[in-house]
Amino acid sequence: MMMSLFNTFESPYFLGFPLMIFIAILISLTMFIPDNNLLIKNQSSMLASTFLKTMTKEIFSPIKKSGHSWALLLMTTLMFIFLNNITGLLPYTFTVTSQLSLNMAMAIPLWLGTIIMGATSQPSHSLAHLLPEGTPMTLAPFLIVIESISIIIRPLALGVRLTANITAGHLLIHLVSLALINLTKSLPLLFLTFSVFILLLILELAVSFIQAYVFVMLVSLYLEENLI
Amino acid sequence: MANKSVLAEQRLLDVKLGDLPQWFAKANYSPKGVLGAFQRGYQRYFNKYINVRRGGLPGISMILTAYVVASYYFVYDNTKHDMWRKHH
Repeated sequence: MMMSLFNTFESPYFLGFPLMIFIAILISLTMFIPDNNLLIKNQSSMLASTFLKTMTKEIFSPIKKSGHSWALLLMTTLMFIFLNNITGLLPYTFTVTSQLSLNMAMAIPLWLGTIIMGATSQPSHSLAHLLPEGTPMTLAPFLIVIESISIIIRPLALGVRLTANITAGHLLIHLVSLALINLTKSLPLLFLTFSVFILLLILELAVSFIQAYVFVMLVSLYLEENLI
Repeated sequence: MANKSVLAEQRLLDVKLGDLPQWFAKANYSPKGVLGAFQRGYQRYFNKYINVRRGGLPGISMILTAYVVASYYFVYDNTKHDMWRKHH
């Protein structure tokens, strides 16, 4: 039996030194396959560069031209989150994106950057976003308070969404595997639980990409609101 | 022993066993030297297994297997309480 279900979410230590930051950096450096801008690429680089170009077009086509300078930053964030989520599915590995500290460290600067950019370059335009067009004036004070709160909640939602999704998926896998270990007696139940386990794994693979995409897409939406 | 002057530039697998302490003494341990060693190692692995026309999966799988084994070593103190037998 597991000591406690949340044991795997503690950062591993080596000689008293927390390894979390090393894992985060190493995965981004080694798992991402560079293409060196060659015309004829090898198979893995072709895959990586096709994926990256498709994602860049998907995320940045609805954004104005002045926001395209954010492409490098946001695509790097996408690949970072995606690779870390995927490698967290291997056995005995530690998923760094399941830690709230890392996700808030990614969400707060990105959101704050868009806010500061909008507030300094066009302050009245960005303040006008707080009150949608055509609202009756009696509702105005409440609506402005609500819109301000929703703007402030955004980085918290970004970070917690990623943390909660990854943690919940890993936890479900742990629980189902605990059930599988103890279920050797009845064969139909074993097959049912095993199929649930396989489906959960496939779901986790999808979630690892979807969460990365949602994170970057939301930041691009916040960027679109604040562009000149 | 005859090629002491070029000992430091030789790769580790080419150094003879008797010359090994001298190779360690003459190696470049500055940050630039360490970084260069990592870069050389990465480029060797990349050009041999990944930067080929076909075959991407075995190249990455070796790295992932090594990563899983290293992770097992790092979390051993946490997971040894989950083992079903005390002595293997």
